[in-house]
Amino acid sequence: MTLLSVQKLAKSFGGVTAARDVSFSLERGEMLAIIGPNGAGKSTVFNMVGGQLRPDQGSVLLNGENITTAAPQKRFRLGVGRTFQVAQSFLSMSVAENVQMALVSCNRESAALWTPARHRYRDEACALLEQLGMASVADQPCSALAYGDVKRVELAIALAGQPKLLLMDEPTAGMAARERTELMDLTAQIADKKGIGILFTEHDMDVVFGHAERVIVLLRGRIIATGSPEEIRQNEEVRRAYLGDEHALERPKGVSPA
Amino acid sequence: MDLSFLAIQALNGLSSASSLFITACGLTLVFGVTRIVNFAHGSLYMIGAYTAATLVPRLLELQFGPLTFWAGILLSALIVGLIGVLIEVLLLRRIYGAPELFQLLATFGIVLVVQDLTILIFGPEDILGPRAPGLRAPVEILGRRFPSYELVLIAAGPVVLGLVWFLLRKTRFGVLVRAATQDREMIAALGINQALLFTGTLFLGAFLAGLGGALQIPRVSAHAGMDLSIIAEAFVVTVVGGMGSVPGAFLAALIIGQLQAFGILIFPKSTLVVVFLLMAVVLAIRPNGFFGRPEVIGGTHAVGIASRKRSVLTPFLWVAVMGALISLPLIGDAYVLKVTTEILIFALFAFSLQLLIGVSGVVSFGHAAFFGLGAYGAALSLKWFALPMEAALPAGLLLAALGALIIGAFVVRLSGIYLAMMTLAAAQIIYAVAFQWVEVTGGDNGIVGVWPSAWASGPVFYYLFTLAVTSIAVFLIMRIIDAPFGYALRAARDSEPRSEAIGLGVRRHRWIAFTISGAAAGLAGGLYAFSRGSVDPTLLGIPTSVDALTMLLIGGIQTITGPLVGAGVLHVLRDLIMPLTSLWRLLLGLSIIAIVLIFPRGIVGSIRAWREDAA
Repeated sequence: MTLLSVQKLAKSFGGVTAARDVSFSLERGEMLAIIGPNGAGKSTVFNMVGGQLRPDQGSVLLNGENITTAAPQKRFRLGVGRTFQVAQSFLSMSVAENVQMALVSCNRESAALWTPARHRYRDEACALLEQLGMASVADQPCSALAYGDVKRVELAIALAGQPKLLLMDEPTAGMAARERTELMDLTAQIADKKGIGILFTEHDMDVVFGHAERVIVLLRGRIIATGSPEEIRQNEEVRRAYLGDEHALERPKGVSPA
Repeated sequence: MDLSFLAIQALNGLSSASSLFITACGLTLVFGVTRIVNFAHGSLYMIGAYTAATLVPRLLELQFGPLTFWAGILLSALIVGLIGVLIEVLLLRRIYGAPELFQLLATFGIVLVVQDLTILIFGPEDILGPRAPGLRAPVEILGRRFPSYELVLIAAGPVVLGLVWFLLRKTRFGVLVRAATQDREMIAALGINQALLFTGTLFLGAFLAGLGGALQIPRVSAHAGMDLSIIAEAFVVTVVGGMGSVPGAFLAALIIGQLQAFGILIFPKSTLVVVFLLMAVVLAIRPNGFFGRPEVIGGTHAVGIASRKRSVLTPFLWVAVMGALISLPLIGDAYVLKVTTEILIFALFAFSLQLLIGVSGVVSFGHAAFFGLGAYGAALSLKWFALPMEAALPAGLLLAALGALIIGAFVVRLSGIYLAMMTLAAAQIIYAVAFQWVEVTGGDNGIVGVWPSAWASGPVFYYLFTLAVTSIAVFLIMRIIDAPFGYALRAARDSEPRSEAIGLGVRRHRWIAFTISGAAAGLAGGLYAFSRGSVDPTLLGIPTSVDALTMLLIGGIQTITGPLVGAGVLHVLRDLIMPLTSLWRLLLGLSIIAIVLIFPRGIVGSIRAWREDAA
């Protein structure tokens, strides 16, 4: 069954149309990228799928279930995990506690009043951090981490909820070029193993063309092209949309300087 | 009730709306530009009234006439404007980046300082100002006499609105003020002399406060206490209108003026309740007031409790402290025991607030509501239902918890400064009820004869009883802070979007926390009632809320034990210093300001930082 099905989403802010007639679908284990110039509506579409924004029209189906108006909490329970454009983590907690918090919530223990939180799901959290290469900083305060590492913590938090669908809003923004490829390789690996579908937006075309199986191009709130990375690269309309930034669509040349 | 009577009431409403708008307009402008809620705005209003009431008669002696009178009013407002500049340069400038709790407390420090200075400079007596020359004879409206000065006041509001509108729309200063109100980061990026803009805004805001106060002198005498009464109303006006919105303030002042004028006919004694109910209703429907815009609230983990490594010594420290407290009756006399009993009670009160502020990031400015509800609940059930202490204390706790449950339902929908104002409003409503419902609560005099049961009476046994109850309550709250529930509250404070994305019900958690915190404060209130043998409305007042906040601040907001230490330090200082000087408020105010500026981490936080640096 289709994991995520987005049908005719529309959203405007005042007189500005941020998304119009946006439809696409995503299968389990697939990596789908949404790209587009600044202001194309990527984040709007993203936040409508994640539940942070309510669409004016259209619907969002997860495994056939209509979640168009569901709160983010409900979506989490149904298997949606996400990371944010500006990393959102719990800065007053240690790295492990960040992940433990997600596990506590996942097991519906967030209203428990007695046994200390730091004793709960510690091993599971550490195992997850190990997977992401973060075991060594498990007990460091999250506020002491470099930004790239905070993004990894965010990924760990998102994965702790055992998502079926993972939404990543510019997962590599603010990271060094090498880190970007590593993070996305790792994400792809985990997603593949667990059959997680990933929807991500990204400005870095190396990341997009290197990792996405399919790409959607948004321009002024509309989808102007959908297809494999190769098809997108050849698409005339897309080239026009990126006019003035033609290098953006060139074939990746290994690791480029940041 | 005939037509002419209604007309006169409406006119009365309009004149009080005018005064209110002139004052609140300054408050909302200052907030718009500096993002500081200036508690001292009411103090500036009071200074305006005192200055005018002192200055204008002298001027009139020199040359009697309307011109002199109005020049005197304007001169007084100008003087207050300059005081505003002084406040900006000396204090506000240093705290623009501070968390809003610190800003509120610092400006409240000014309130305390001004209260004592006003008495020092102008004397303890009320000062009755002169009547306005040329406006002494009343006019006749529909057969009723109406003071002509009130008509001038009615016109003053729209005139000030027009002038402020002109200033904001047609001058460069006004353009900058509007730009700063809409986007503070942007204005910082434009290379504008921000210091000058902020100082200018403070001058304008203080000028308007002073003008509002000075215009009152022919109507009411300048008196101590007018600062807090006007600030409560001005807060309501700015919050209902939307913080930063001048037209919003005007509309809100009009509505509130009429509500007060006609509310007095329906609830003769509780106009305050009507006003605050309006605010509660408006905020419930429009969380940012009529024309306000949502405030962007950043992560506030920096002012809250964070995880840290536990020292192996901590349990021993606790055992030592408990041992010392338990054996205190062996060495302390009755006075020491009484003081320590009160410290324990206030420690629990402050600690209950820490669950909201330090853990949840919910800045409650009206925590006295629950302390007072607990005290009144216990006292009322003793007086009206003849319950013994063992049943009256839980009754007080339940009443406070119920109050917190109801108020919390409104509060958790809000954030930032609106939330703080809503809690303040709620506390003021309950204060007004306790003050005005004389038949049940005893009004100003309160309820006396609230004594503990025989087995717990006497300083030693009541001390031990209080020690047992507060220790258990503090221990339970500590468990809650460490438990998943406390972590979930911290999570919601650190990042709301992240918390929602991992399925945490942010509002529900905050609501439960609000209720638990209210219940704990209520328990403290009940214990306090029995320790003093009486309750009165001051337990519910703003100063009581500020006491709790000051204890948090002294001890340190980022620490769990901070409020406990803070309660002890504040209480001991008060007991030591108060008998020595009549300027206690001045000292307390200056201390609050000093702590905000120099030791924002408080005692426990500073000691910890010092030890960590040394390690």
